[in-house]
Amino acid sequence: MIIFKNVSKRYPDGYVALNNVDLSVASGEMVFLTGHSGAGKSTLLKLIAAIERPTSGVITISGQNIAQLKPAAIPYLRRKIGFIFQDHKLLFDRTVFDNVLLPLQISNFDHNTVAARVRAALDKVGLLKKEKAMPIALSGGERQRLCIARAVVHRPAILIADEPTGNLDVEYARDIMALFTSFNQVGVTVLIATHDASLLEDTQHRILSLKQGKLAT
Amino acid sequence: MMRAWLTQHGFVFFLTLRRLIATPLTSLLSIIVMGIALSLPAGIYVLMQNLQAFSGQMADSPQMSLFLKLDTTQDSIEKVNQRLEENPQILSVRFIPKDAALQQLQQSSGLTDIAASLGRNPLPDAFVIHTQENTADALEQLRLTLQKWPEIEHVQFDSAWIERLNALLDLGRFAVLMLATLLSVAIIAIMFNTIRLQILTKRDEIELSKLIGATDSFIQRPFLYFGALQGLAGGATAWLIMVLAIRTFNEQLITLSQLYAIDLQLQPLTMMDSISLLLFSGWLGWLGARISVASHLWQIEPK
Repeated sequence: MIIFKNVSKRYPDGYVALNNVDLSVASGEMVFLTGHSGAGKSTLLKLIAAIERPTSGVITISGQNIAQLKPAAIPYLRRKIGFIFQDHKLLFDRTVFDNVLLPLQISNFDHNTVAARVRAALDKVGLLKKEKAMPIALSGGERQRLCIARAVVHRPAILIADEPTGNLDVEYARDIMALFTSFNQVGVTVLIATHDASLLEDTQHRILSLKQGKLAT
Repeated sequence: MMRAWLTQHGFVFFLTLRRLIATPLTSLLSIIVMGIALSLPAGIYVLMQNLQAFSGQMADSPQMSLFLKLDTTQDSIEKVNQRLEENPQILSVRFIPKDAALQQLQQSSGLTDIAASLGRNPLPDAFVIHTQENTADALEQLRLTLQKWPEIEHVQFDSAWIERLNALLDLGRFAVLMLATLLSVAIIAIMFNTIRLQILTKRDEIELSKLIGATDSFIQRPFLYFGALQGLAGGATAWLIMVLAIRTFNEQLITLSQLYAIDLQLQPLTMMDSISLLLFSGWLGWLGARISVASHLWQIEPK
């Protein structure tokens, strides 16, 4: 599903975020990505969504080499991916419902089914009763769950989360992880970047750890 | 697919309307500015069209008066009539006998008493002809030819004022074109700036949309709709200004018309002109938005 071959990323200022990384994530797999901040976790995730381009190497997603993707094809790659951003990127000028609606509007979904899909996604994360609320009125945990609902509403094949439990209580964090596990159980490939060691204690899933831009498995 | 496309566009259309209504004062002010800017050249254009129609009535089939010599006999008149009718350069020939001319003079100019006091009719028989040609050279040529006929005393034709009017109209048209060009550039600039501000305030939304797979055309669409709709509203405002101005103007003209016993009325914009005005203003708004979007959207790249 996701294959990195000799991937390096050097930023224009000379900083090397990734150095000859090889990795492979199978379809339907759930993988954790750990490492200290600055180890290259975010860069790796951004490379998958073509938010950043690799300096060298080949990245293949579902057989498609995304290092050579034309700019016009990038939107269609990103629609295959549900991205949960570290800074949430919620839109505060619209309701919870409309925030989740946006990915469906973007990918031109059938008008008659969008409302049902949005509610299903909100129900999944337990925010159905807050669909008319504004994001500003939500707690930190609720915002994180809203972000997850928005990432899964268009049923992507790949779910990518950057520090999804960043500053949440242990209990909230456990809820969030349970959500990811349930998505994985229905066949979604899940990739979670975290530096939260407590999340990894009793997991059976594969853990990839990055150190200074290199994979140390 | 088609339905999804329609739904998408319908959605953006109503979204744009909501955005226009969400900031009523700003929208209204922009629309009024555009309306006034457009109504200036449009107003002068209407004036020109009216003058054009007026001069066209005169110039399209120029009229010449041929005054015969006082002692011309009925036979000669017949002959002249025949020769005029046979001339391919002449469209129509109308004979005005001197008695009829005198009668008309008495009726129209209130000179009944003076005319009655004249011992005999001082007016000559005359022909009024309309010519095929309307260039000054051809008309002058024809006038010289007719002047040489022995029965004809005098050929009267005044083309100079029409020439001058047409020259003035050409100048006016050029002025309208210049004014319209300048104001169009101004409208594009206004729209450019409006859209620039919108893009700045929607930076988060644009960045997020790009991150979750929005195509460039999806992101541009609401801004282009906004430009076109606001342009259209500006055009409609200009049209309204024109209609009201022409109506007010014509009310004032009524008094003048009555005093001079002539029919003075400004003709309003034709259907074609109205549609052109609306389409053009919509296009201007769209163009301003298009340029703005092209020069600002690429700067917002998610990191």
